[in-house]
Amino acid sequence: QGGGSAVIDMENMDDTSGSSFEDMGEMHQRMKEEEEEEAEGETGAGEEEDGEFLGMKGLRGQLGRQVADQMWQVGKRQASRAFSLYANIDILRPYFDVEPVQVRARLLESMIPVKMINFPQKIAGELYGPLMLVFTLVAILLHGMKTSDTVIREGTLMGTAIGTCFGYWLGVSSFMYFLAYLCNAQITMVQMLSLLGYGLFGHCITLFVTYNIHFHSLFYIFWLVVGGLSTLRMVAVLISRTVGHTQRLILCGTLAALHMLFLLYLHFAYHKVVEGILDAFEGPNMPPFQRVARDIPVVSNAVLNTTAKAIALTL
Amino acid sequence: FPGLADVSVSQDIPVEGEITVPVGSHSPDEDYSTLDEPVKDTIMRDLKAVGKKFVHVMYPRKSSTLLRDWDLWGPLVLCVSLALMLQGGSADSRDDGGPQFAEVFVIIWFGAVVITLNSKLLGGTISFFQSLCVLGYCVLPLTMAMLVCRLVLLAGAGTISFIIRLLVVLAMFGWSTLASTAFLADSQPPNRKALVVYPIFLFYFVISWMILTFTPQ
Repeated sequence: QGGGSAVIDMENMDDTSGSSFEDMGEMHQRMKEEEEEEAEGETGAGEEEDGEFLGMKGLRGQLGRQVADQMWQVGKRQASRAFSLYANIDILRPYFDVEPVQVRARLLESMIPVKMINFPQKIAGELYGPLMLVFTLVAILLHGMKTSDTVIREGTLMGTAIGTCFGYWLGVSSFMYFLAYLCNAQITMVQMLSLLGYGLFGHCITLFVTYNIHFHSLFYIFWLVVGGLSTLRMVAVLISRTVGHTQRLILCGTLAALHMLFLLYLHFAYHKVVEGILDAFEGPNMPPFQRVARDIPVVSNAVLNTTAKAIALTL
Repeated sequence: FPGLADVSVSQDIPVEGEITVPVGSHSPDEDYSTLDEPVKDTIMRDLKAVGKKFVHVMYPRKSSTLLRDWDLWGPLVLCVSLALMLQGGSADSRDDGGPQFAEVFVIIWFGAVVITLNSKLLGGTISFFQSLCVLGYCVLPLTMAMLVCRLVLLAGAGTISFIIRLLVVLAMFGWSTLASTAFLADSQPPNRKALVVYPIFLFYFVISWMILTFTPQ
């Protein structure tokens, strides 16, 4: 009996392991047969059959366990290979290979439209800048919600802010990439993500300023100037990479519309969406807009508003 | 089945025997088994480790103790206490604090994970949990700021209290950012420190903003 390994010996003694499917099947089979024999009342014969059954079961159990063990090994190898292939963050490493001066230069360039549209403009395919800009936009949205006069229920609003910004960046990029594919534009997905991400720099500036100084006319000026500059930049880059008037029109019109409308939405409708969520939570008993003055706007907004008014008057 | 050729199953194998498989559960006593020491020793050892790391955060020197023996007890305690203190801060009395607790938790851990991934992608040499440990421990100054804010708010909610709270939160925010930068920036290539510091700055900014805009019932 010495040829077997210790594993097999222990498994012979331990006959209640459920580690292979055959074991479970045979356990159920044995229990069923025990029940049948108890019903018949032949316990002696049952024990005899149990003894032999154990021996047979032992052999088939070992076979079952070996098969189960091999299946486990193969499965584990496949899973670890798939994991190291897909969850390897080194795939993203080339897109984060930037220097701070490059990031700063690209941020400033995103506001300057290019003049030369006959030659395909270079787009850097990096993801660090756009990702940081999206997070900055989320932070600015939260800051804006805090300084506006609405009651903040932070849990849902944080999720809404993150969902809106990331949804815009990823969703509109994918949609524009699809359109670019239809219109035969020379642009890759990473470049599209990068272009749109850097276009959010204008949004960040506009929202940061207008959330602190609440003037609608100021917002419209910023919307046109800052939003317009970043839109022109993106549009010019896209035009330089597309051939054909209709295609250029489709692509650039869609991008300009989505970009500018997103800024409008963030400034005006986002608060309505937020208040709608709060209404849904607060129910019919509460007044629709619970305007609670916070000590921050009282102090800082008054100061900023009067300063802005003074500046506007002197100009 | 060639592999089973030498397996022999004899009929007189005893059915009784040990059900517990004696593999590794009876480790020898001279091994580093901490299973037999009194519970007090275990707790005191862990508490001392956590306390030492708190001291390192408050006085950030360039020592590698925080990095080498990372643990997540401190960040968990800090996160839970900060989330508890931030509850009850909305004017809606029907708010039972649920979203706020979960929100603080999710922001801290999700933000720390994102910063860690970012620093790894930028070529950092620090491991995942070490970075989580450092970022979590450096929330300590902000937790202290939250405590101070709550005490100040007990006295009143006027302009002076706002200025005091603003100054305290700003100071603690700066301390948190500096402390975590002191530990994390060393693991980066020297010209990319700014790229790693900015997300940390954003992260602590969001937490500081939540602390500053907290107004109790």
